[in-house]
Amino acid sequence: MSASVNSIATSVDEPLLAIEDLSISFSTRVVEIPAVMSFSATIAPGEALGLVGESGCGKSTVALAIMRDLGKTGRITGGSIRFKGRELTNMSEAELRRIRGSEIAMIYQEPMASLNPAMKIARQLMEVPMIHAGASAAHAYAQALRVVEAVRLPDPKRILASYPHQLSGGQQQRIVIAMALMSKPALLILDEPTTALDVTVEAGIVQLVKDLGREFGTSMLFISHNLGLVLETCDRICVMYSGEAVETGPIVEVFDEMRHPYTQGLFRSIPLPGTDKALRPLVAIPGNFPLPYERPPGCNFGPRCSYFVAGRCDAADIPMAPVSPTHATRCIRWPEIDWAAPPPAKAGGARAPIGDVVLSVDNLRKYYEVGANALVGGDARVVKANESVSFEAREAETLAIVGESGCGKSTLAKVLLGLETATAGEIRLGNQEIGQRAIERRDTRTVASIQMVFQNPFDTLNPSHSIGGQIVRVLEKFRFGASQAEREARMLELLDLVKLPRAFARRMPRQLSGGQKQRIGIARAFAGAPKVVVADEPVSALDVSVQAAVTELLTDIQRDKRTTMLFISHDLGIVRYLADRVMVMYLGHVVEIGACDQVFEPPYHPYTEALLSAVPIADTSIEKEEILLEGDIPSAVDPPPGCPFQTRCPRKRQVPGDLCERELPPFVELAPGHKVKCHLSAEVFASMQPVIRLVGTGA
Amino acid sequence: MEVLAPGAIVWQVLRQFGPVWLGMLLVMGASFAWRHRLGTYGRIYESPIGIIGFGLVLFWLLTAIMADWVAVMDPFVQVRALKNEPPGTIDPASGLAFLFGGDSLGRDVFSRMVHGSRTVMAIAPFATLFAYMIGITLGLPAGYVGGWFDTVLSFVANLVLAFPVILLFYLLVTPEIRQTAIPGTMAAVFFIFPVLFVAVFLWSRFRDRPEVLWLYLLPVIVVGGFGYLGLTGLWDPTGLLTMAPNTLNVFLAVVFITSPTVFRIVRGLTLDIKTRDYVAAAQTRGERPWYIMIWEILPNARGPLIVDACLRIGYTTILLGTLGFFGLGVSPESPDWGSTINEGRKLLRIYVHPALPPALALMSLVLGLNLLADALREQTMRD
Amino acid sequence: MLAFLLKRLGVMVLTALCLTLVVFALVNLKPNLVKLAKEQTGSRITEQQVEVWLDQNGFNRPLGVRYAEWLGNVVRGDFGHSTRFNAPVSEVLWPRLWLTAILMFWVMVVMIPAALLLGILAGMREGSAQDRALSTVAIATTSTPEYVSGVVLTVIFASQMVGLQWFSGSATKAAEEGPTLYTFALPVLTIAIYGTGYIARMTRASMAEVMTQQYIRTARLKGVSFRMIVLRHALRNALIAPFTVIMLQFPWLLTGVVIVESLFNYRGFGWLLIEGAANNDIDLLLACSIVAVMIVLVTQLISDIGYVYLNPRIRVAA
Repeated sequence: MSASVNSIATSVDEPLLAIEDLSISFSTRVVEIPAVMSFSATIAPGEALGLVGESGCGKSTVALAIMRDLGKTGRITGGSIRFKGRELTNMSEAELRRIRGSEIAMIYQEPMASLNPAMKIARQLMEVPMIHAGASAAHAYAQALRVVEAVRLPDPKRILASYPHQLSGGQQQRIVIAMALMSKPALLILDEPTTALDVTVEAGIVQLVKDLGREFGTSMLFISHNLGLVLETCDRICVMYSGEAVETGPIVEVFDEMRHPYTQGLFRSIPLPGTDKALRPLVAIPGNFPLPYERPPGCNFGPRCSYFVAGRCDAADIPMAPVSPTHATRCIRWPEIDWAAPPPAKAGGARAPIGDVVLSVDNLRKYYEVGANALVGGDARVVKANESVSFEAREAETLAIVGESGCGKSTLAKVLLGLETATAGEIRLGNQEIGQRAIERRDTRTVASIQMVFQNPFDTLNPSHSIGGQIVRVLEKFRFGASQAEREARMLELLDLVKLPRAFARRMPRQLSGGQKQRIGIARAFAGAPKVVVADEPVSALDVSVQAAVTELLTDIQRDKRTTMLFISHDLGIVRYLADRVMVMYLGHVVEIGACDQVFEPPYHPYTEALLSAVPIADTSIEKEEILLEGDIPSAVDPPPGCPFQTRCPRKRQVPGDLCERELPPFVELAPGHKVKCHLSAEVFASMQPVIRLVGTGA
Repeated sequence: MEVLAPGAIVWQVLRQFGPVWLGMLLVMGASFAWRHRLGTYGRIYESPIGIIGFGLVLFWLLTAIMADWVAVMDPFVQVRALKNEPPGTIDPASGLAFLFGGDSLGRDVFSRMVHGSRTVMAIAPFATLFAYMIGITLGLPAGYVGGWFDTVLSFVANLVLAFPVILLFYLLVTPEIRQTAIPGTMAAVFFIFPVLFVAVFLWSRFRDRPEVLWLYLLPVIVVGGFGYLGLTGLWDPTGLLTMAPNTLNVFLAVVFITSPTVFRIVRGLTLDIKTRDYVAAAQTRGERPWYIMIWEILPNARGPLIVDACLRIGYTTILLGTLGFFGLGVSPESPDWGSTINEGRKLLRIYVHPALPPALALMSLVLGLNLLADALREQTMRD
Repeated sequence: MLAFLLKRLGVMVLTALCLTLVVFALVNLKPNLVKLAKEQTGSRITEQQVEVWLDQNGFNRPLGVRYAEWLGNVVRGDFGHSTRFNAPVSEVLWPRLWLTAILMFWVMVVMIPAALLLGILAGMREGSAQDRALSTVAIATTSTPEYVSGVVLTVIFASQMVGLQWFSGSATKAAEEGPTLYTFALPVLTIAIYGTGYIARMTRASMAEVMTQQYIRTARLKGVSFRMIVLRHALRNALIAPFTVIMLQFPWLLTGVVIVESLFNYRGFGWLLIEGAANNDIDLLLACSIVAVMIVLVTQLISDIGYVYLNPRIRVAA
């Protein structure tokens, strides 16, 4: 990939898209808020530029400015956007219409929302050539059929005759891509195109986008918060922070020799599988993203930067400085900083010794009756959310539960917490059976000993009550303390524990940032000295730079209190970082369980293998085996017979006969404590190669 | 007879409303100055629509309160000489001007319009409040718990909503029905809900802290019980609370028609809010259903409920007008707007002045409430 | 789909039974019966004579028995005898209902296109001056109940005082000789005004919400013109919600019909309802309530079916 980058970079005489000194503001009732300040970037024909940054940094605003679709409040206040030599910023609506969809096309986050629910796919696709090329209906249909084939959808005619809701999420996103490609645009803008999708589905889409870009010669602007994804798809990268581009350059150069402290901070706060987790702890970027109207003077990143020098960094606006002809950074100190210096080592971090079994789940089953649609009627159906789940978790241990949507991990959490009761099987907390006991039948002590940290920080706190009040209520409920004063005091201690100022007690949830809310969620879960804490994707909704800090806090408290943690996640990077043992689930079944190293090294369950391959990794020294899964995850209402994974398993043909389709595989113990639910023979397991390999320097 | 010029009529009408203008100036001026500290109420003043809406509502509220000062004369007095006389005619006997003319019985249309606001202001907000108490107390568990409780209540609510309103009025608000046990029973059922609601409200919050529980609960039971017995007419030593049988009937009918709609709204909001993580968080710490419904769900439904309450008071005003228009419930002499429109319409094509003022008054009040609701909706949606 | 229809039909029948039972119980309350007896025999009769009259006419038998009897007759198509008109109910009812149907037809013809147009024009550019102006108009009409708009319209277009007299024809004449603009404009407008605002506001809200959806942005970024976005992409999605509202308007319009019919003295179904209620005409009232309830339930059913038809997401699930 890097070879082609260089050849393009040198052969360019006129870029396809040239953005110069672009500034964009949004007007509110009170003030005008600058969202993007003097942003410059170019994209050459056939080139893919990655635009990376955290939410609110202005990356999507840049994309919408190119499309001139900033809404009623947004306005381009300066600079120019030139596309094929034409100025876009002062184009009339009619001229814009001719460009939109024909020369520049855009794809964004939620595929379902991007498609008109009341219109058949065919009509939505055919519209493009009919508007722009004046094509006849028959001609447009033929073209739609070709494009649907090009995005590798099975049975294109049936797909064209369907409504969007009849397709799966992955299929919908392929249709959105097909729609964008209908008129062979010169530039394709992708705004977080895979964020709403599962990892294994995402991998397929990413591969498709790469192939199509190559095939059609389309230039791409790829917007993402995921560095790994950008590495896989782009030639050049532009990192944004708080409305400004802070570093741009060829992707490998920026990844390996970043020259801006923010870029460095981002890389240090994400877990990478290529490095030893003991040697390279996660380093969170301190502080918070500045609000647009509270940006500091000088360098926007200054207040959070460890290389900050007062008087220089905050003296004046920092210009972009060239590092090499193709690489630039918005840092005045870049020549002085020792970029090779390792991050400051941290004390502690040593694992606590693991204790006795605290929680044991044996043959747990949970079936739901889904009532028929109330309006339309029909028969009730059974969702088999959990099928014979068994595992144990010990004191001070972190057990990660990994899987994609529909794998049953959330149902498992509900049953553990008593929000649902098990259909069959046993759950023992200490020496108490709790699987059949719904929460209202559990005593206060039991309720307090198994608690949960929720996923969505914006939903986890009740917006109508103060922070302090919510924590005090938890203490009251767990019968902590004799008086309100005692509980208040304890509440303040809990705020200390999660490293928030005591003044937060009187604030309302809307005054807190996402990371702060999640800290309150953690304080609440640990308020009653729990034995087990279930953390359901506790950081997945947070920005990358905040994730590390919250994760660290959570594990520190957990180790300190010797709590058992069940860490539910789809992010294998973070799982590898903090889990002692890992359990992989697929469609209600535990397909693999074992110690962290056992699961991440071969032999794997074929699903674990595919999952490891699908996760994008932001490390140029990593090489991955490409294992793409066909199709989508089946529905739990109607699971396939035999092995749940057999419909998508790439190794199915290595099992003789139709065993996979007939029989649910038994657990095979590959090593002490490492079990896999698979029909593959011992020889096949033994011959498996690692999916992720270090190449070049790293190792 | 002497007749005032149109300009003089306008001037005198404005002067009669003098105390109302003063009151509006004080209330709205102070509120506008302190609007940033007044929460949701203060945000009304951030939109012109909100100011106009609230102004109209406040105008009629103050008029109702100060009706005796605003009105020129007693709304029931009949001056034979002024029968159907045009606006601005001066009564030669007393020298008072009938600003909006006289009606078919020679009563002052202006004073009747002013006093008519009292009927609306006395019934509409309170009937809506009671309907809200019933709708919330039943809608929360229907949405949160569901099951047969929800099925039965939803069926009953749909039943009432399927009933033609006008037929229900004709059956429920008649003099004959007063001789039966029906109004009494309905009152006994409806009026228990506010007491029940406040009691559950406190009990669910403080059941784990018995030391404060009774401190709050006892006064509620005493005051609520006293109010309940008084309103239902079972025991009212002060005689302050018992409503006239006519009024009670109207009140009950309006509550009966309004509560199912409120029930459906609350139920819908509950179904939406109960899927939030903070509700799950409350469940995982072992909260009881009533605590979750009242303390976790209800506060977050308050935005849409406040907006709807404004609309609902407007709708209740229209219902009251409908009742008056058909001559149901309230006494025939009553100056309430619906009845006056009903009287005035008979000779409408010849004398327009008796029916027009109450019609426009009713419309302006409802318009004010609707504009207010619209402004509140806009403001709460901005968060 | 069939199961759904059967279930709905079951609920409909149950609702109709419950409602008629309530009406039956209310009209048969003792004081109402006494009033009826006095009206039928002359008001100066003693209590004893009242009892005798009630006995003779079978009103003193248990309520349940009489309800079952009445229900049996209704199933056979016999709605009983109207005491007010002294004629079989069906003879009185159907002609009056037909008159109201004519009125409603014209109301719909005026109201629905006006309301939808108003709502779509306001909602397609949310927050614009056009939206603000049209929304305020819509709010104003929802604040104007029939007895207010009827009075105001009459004053403007039919009174001697203003003198325009454009539509001063009597609606009673319209009932006898067929509607003309001169006789029918005011009753139709009066009902339509109140309903228009409500439907328009629903349509506006629905349209405004649809216009913020991602797929509208997709269409815009495909290069579709604003006009085509509104017509081809937004309209169908935006009409799903108002359709339900329009259908559920019917029962609500009934109150308007009653007000207008009595305001303009148009002797249709609404007038009949009032006559029946004012005179405690038991059989007539029951028949009227069956008709009213059936209208409500049938429109609900149509709205459900229409919703399923308009919304492909639900259609396929069935």
